[in-house]
Amino acid sequence: MRQIAVYGKGGIGKSTTTQNTVAGLSQAGYKCMIVGCDPKADATRLILHAKAQTTVMDLARERGTVEDLEVDEVLLTGFNGIRCAESGGPEPGVGCAGRGVITAINFLEENGAYDADTDFVFYDVLGDVVCGGFAMPMREGKAKEIYIVTSGEMMAMYAANNISRGILKYAHSGGVRLGGLICNSRKTDKEYELISELAKKLGTQLIHFVPRDNQVQRAELRRMTVIEYSPEHSQAEEYRMLAKKIADNRDLVIPTPISMDELEQLLMDFGIMESEEAAA
Amino acid sequence: MKAIRIKDHNELFQEQAYLDQFENKREFEAPWPKEKVKEIAEWTKTAEYQEKNFARKNIKINPAKACQPLGAIFCSSGFDGTMPFVQGAQGCVAYFRSHLNRHFKEPLAAISTSMTEDAAVFGGLNNMLEGLENAYTLYHPKMLAVCTTCMAEVIGDDLNAYIRTAKEKELIPKELPVPFAHTPSFVGSYVNGYDNMMKGILSAITTGKKGEPNGKINIIMGFDTYTGDYHEIKRLLSMMGVDFTLLSDASAIFDSPNTGEYKLYPGGTPLEEAMDSINASATIALQQYSTLKTMDYIRKEWSQKALVLPPIGVKNTDFFFEQLSKLTGKPIPQEIEDERGRAVDAMVDSHPYVHGKRFALVGDPDLLLGLVSLLMEMGGIPVHIVCSMGDKKFEDEMQGLLAESPFGSEAKVYAGKDMWHLRSLMFTDPVDILIGNSYAKFLWRDTGTPLIRMGFPLFDRHHLHRYPVIGYQGVLNLVTMIVNRVLDEMDRKTIDTMSFDVIR
Repeated sequence: MRQIAVYGKGGIGKSTTTQNTVAGLSQAGYKCMIVGCDPKADATRLILHAKAQTTVMDLARERGTVEDLEVDEVLLTGFNGIRCAESGGPEPGVGCAGRGVITAINFLEENGAYDADTDFVFYDVLGDVVCGGFAMPMREGKAKEIYIVTSGEMMAMYAANNISRGILKYAHSGGVRLGGLICNSRKTDKEYELISELAKKLGTQLIHFVPRDNQVQRAELRRMTVIEYSPEHSQAEEYRMLAKKIADNRDLVIPTPISMDELEQLLMDFGIMESEEAAA
Repeated sequence: MKAIRIKDHNELFQEQAYLDQFENKREFEAPWPKEKVKEIAEWTKTAEYQEKNFARKNIKINPAKACQPLGAIFCSSGFDGTMPFVQGAQGCVAYFRSHLNRHFKEPLAAISTSMTEDAAVFGGLNNMLEGLENAYTLYHPKMLAVCTTCMAEVIGDDLNAYIRTAKEKELIPKELPVPFAHTPSFVGSYVNGYDNMMKGILSAITTGKKGEPNGKINIIMGFDTYTGDYHEIKRLLSMMGVDFTLLSDASAIFDSPNTGEYKLYPGGTPLEEAMDSINASATIALQQYSTLKTMDYIRKEWSQKALVLPPIGVKNTDFFFEQLSKLTGKPIPQEIEDERGRAVDAMVDSHPYVHGKRFALVGDPDLLLGLVSLLMEMGGIPVHIVCSMGDKKFEDEMQGLLAESPFGSEAKVYAGKDMWHLRSLMFTDPVDILIGNSYAKFLWRDTGTPLIRMGFPLFDRHHLHRYPVIGYQGVLNLVTMIVNRVLDEMDRKTIDTMSFDVIR
């Protein structure tokens, strides 16, 4: 069983990318599971064709304790036998979402959600690694393989670098490794070259460049992955390629995060950002 | 020498000056009129109030339980040279220590990493690193057993990673065993904490130790706070000639002899023996609910036979010895048969006073199962059974036990309920005897039902924990406590009648 966590800046397309990739993997014959680790709980809707899955924390809130839950209530099966769970969490502005992730993952683990014949478990984790709770998927030998979704936008790159720092923290003690960057294209200037270079600087690879295509949105409106909605479409092929690359990936590294200055220098080198002297 | 006379709390506050002061203070306390308080107090005894009481959702009042790290500390302090080490705030650890002190009247050392607000923001790594280094340097433990409090759990401190970091930075020796257990106080209770820590310790120290079978039996007592039980199990197994390892021997620290010299590490399970426990022929747990994960681990990871055989009451003790004899091939010696005979004789002598008596019980799951079994063996009638840390599994198991005896038909099992629920029950459906820990004395005060103190904690009576409750000796002790409490009450009730008899 390979456990993989997908991190990246909020809104970058982690959930879409993860679900399409997992759909691709499942079509290739792998048994897969997705664990959404985001209070918004939108990591499984394309697989389950549902507005929002009932989350572990939803039921815990209703029953008063997580101990009264049955695993079947929160572990649902969707497209092509993919099993899905969502941690869920508190309402915005209250409580502790990180603890929600810890509670949910412990619950799934203790109640046998991770059965032995699962090939891939994907954790889809909110935004940056903001607190110990969101690092849960990396802890104690759970996900040993991390992919970061990014784009050519500066803040997405900044987040990717930050996440690499989080991985570095767990790399020595827990054996966590970075598998690569996934570029979810925003059609910014020199995006492919820029992210390839960033990947190099972080000591990793750009595992796949996912081009921007409206077909993704069309499929999403129907609560489906592109792979299910239009398997013949070229975008579906992109996700299948990404899935294959991840399945075959042996290039797992300890990342080498860079400083903010280095990151800005990179943007200047590509002529995307003006140097301060030039701007003056 | 003349004894020094100091007025204690009881005497001092009954002096007129204090009584006046309390009365005068009332004016500033804006209290309800005394009559109103009395009226409401009366109302809380009614069926109407009970219905409201049982409908309450968002508050627990006097639950009979305490939190996970307490159990974890209790478990780790039973290993020789081991220092319990808590990643969390100081106040929590002070509480665990004082709770155990007050029960055993013995000192206990445990370490806190003193997490404060900055640790909550930045994570507890530095506290852990400094704490491990200091603890090792100052107290030279053979093992540091790490558990957590709420704070470390909410912020998601990763013990595994932190401990590795401490070893990589060479703050503590690489070979020092530092097992850990995540023990969030807001989940479960001390029985789970005990379980998690035991599993943590065993999995950490037995790694790579699988070797030749040593032919021994491992014994895990569970969260058993009767130090007498530890002496008793050693005595019984020795009598039978069974070679065993007691995993976590809490009697060493919590029942250490007073020699005039304080020992930081007064003994416990030797680590070498604990490391070799993976090579035993079987493991027997004397409690079920505090060893669920541990026993599961032993079955799966060690591929060892793992039996749960709680020996409280005659039937349970019989079963314990039968299974032990089957497992080891050793016959049950005549001395133990004789002990059984004496225990049964005691039950026969006392049963007229216990038979038909109605009982309310509150406490830990394993103790309750044992006590209910014993009571029914003597014709006692369990009526209200409250287990604050009980779950569905416990409820089903208790129902099954009650169904085995005609004396079980009146009983109702209340899993997850607290002592305030029990208070209502004892008013609307009174019983003859109450069994519970020291906190149950408030139920005795309110309902007048005689209380037999059993379980944990026992703060307000001394030495009860020194007497075993397991085995046939345990039966004898329990029967003695139960019947004499019944007789005390009989004397009290007949004091002005011709039935106030010298023979009972």
